[in-house]
Amino acid sequence: MIDIGLGHYLTLGAVIFSIGVIGIFLNRKNIIVILMSIELILLAVNINLVAFSIYLGDLAGQVFTLFILTVAAAEAAIGLAIIVVYFRNSGTIRVEEIDKLKG
Amino acid sequence: MIAHAIFFYTFSIIAVVSAIMVTASKNTVHSVFFLILDFISISCLFIMIGAEFLGMIMLIVYVGAVAVLFLFVVMMLNVAQQKNQWFVGQQSSRHIPIGLVISTLIFFEIIIVIGGWKFKPEIFDINNSISQASISNTHSLGKILYTDYIHVFQISGMILLVAMVGAIVLTFRQRSGVKRQSYIKQISRERAEGVEVLEVQSNKGVKLDD
Repeated sequence: MIDIGLGHYLTLGAVIFSIGVIGIFLNRKNIIVILMSIELILLAVNINLVAFSIYLGDLAGQVFTLFILTVAAAEAAIGLAIIVVYFRNSGTIRVEEIDKLKG
Repeated sequence: MIAHAIFFYTFSIIAVVSAIMVTASKNTVHSVFFLILDFISISCLFIMIGAEFLGMIMLIVYVGAVAVLFLFVVMMLNVAQQKNQWFVGQQSSRHIPIGLVISTLIFFEIIIVIGGWKFKPEIFDINNSISQASISNTHSLGKILYTDYIHVFQISGMILLVAMVGAIVLTFRQRSGVKRQSYIKQISRERAEGVEVLEVQSNKGVKLDD
């Protein structure tokens, strides 16, 4: 309990990942919070990679965390741009009212 | 060791609570602020276990850019007034049990995988060792990032470029009625279309049509 090891960090990653998944499923308000939940999931992946990297002594994990950071930033920018365009065209970003694609 | 445990539990409790608040908060602006708190505490954890460079990059990229971008969009779209209504309406309450079941399932799957995981040093071929005590984390990361991973690094630069172009193309709109300078038009004007010589008759005047 007091001796912090790899398992503690992996558990923290698992908890944050699950919270992100809950956020995607339960959020009924607007799509921005869903994007934030995706950011949480990517953050959990980063925690796992960094913890493995430190405890195995291999730097590749940290390099890949850097690339995940890149992809997360690109995804946030594109997602928010799509949301802005959608809001301009239809005036709402509530999740229930986004049914243009008839999904 | 005790200090490590104390800091780990402090930061991870802050991170988990703020992650819950991101999804549960009624106000979207509050969710963005809790997201920022989450990123800050996780980057503190990264700095604590020895990945200083990534901790600082997390602060710069996530708190400095991504979270501010979220905040900007939330403010611009003016969605802060719409309250987050999870538990009202049949539409929303139908999804709650499914979400809870799936996420707890995923959580326990990950826990089971971690529990059965054993590290065997002989099956790993580690060539990017960080055990050299003389050089810092940033130094060793830079040493392999620009040599072994140079192609992946350049591809990530391309991804950022494509994202930038995509975001600009998506949000760009041409408004009608905006007066704009056109250099080509200005330079290629001829005398014939700009100036007209009129023969003015006496007592008639000149009528200019705009």
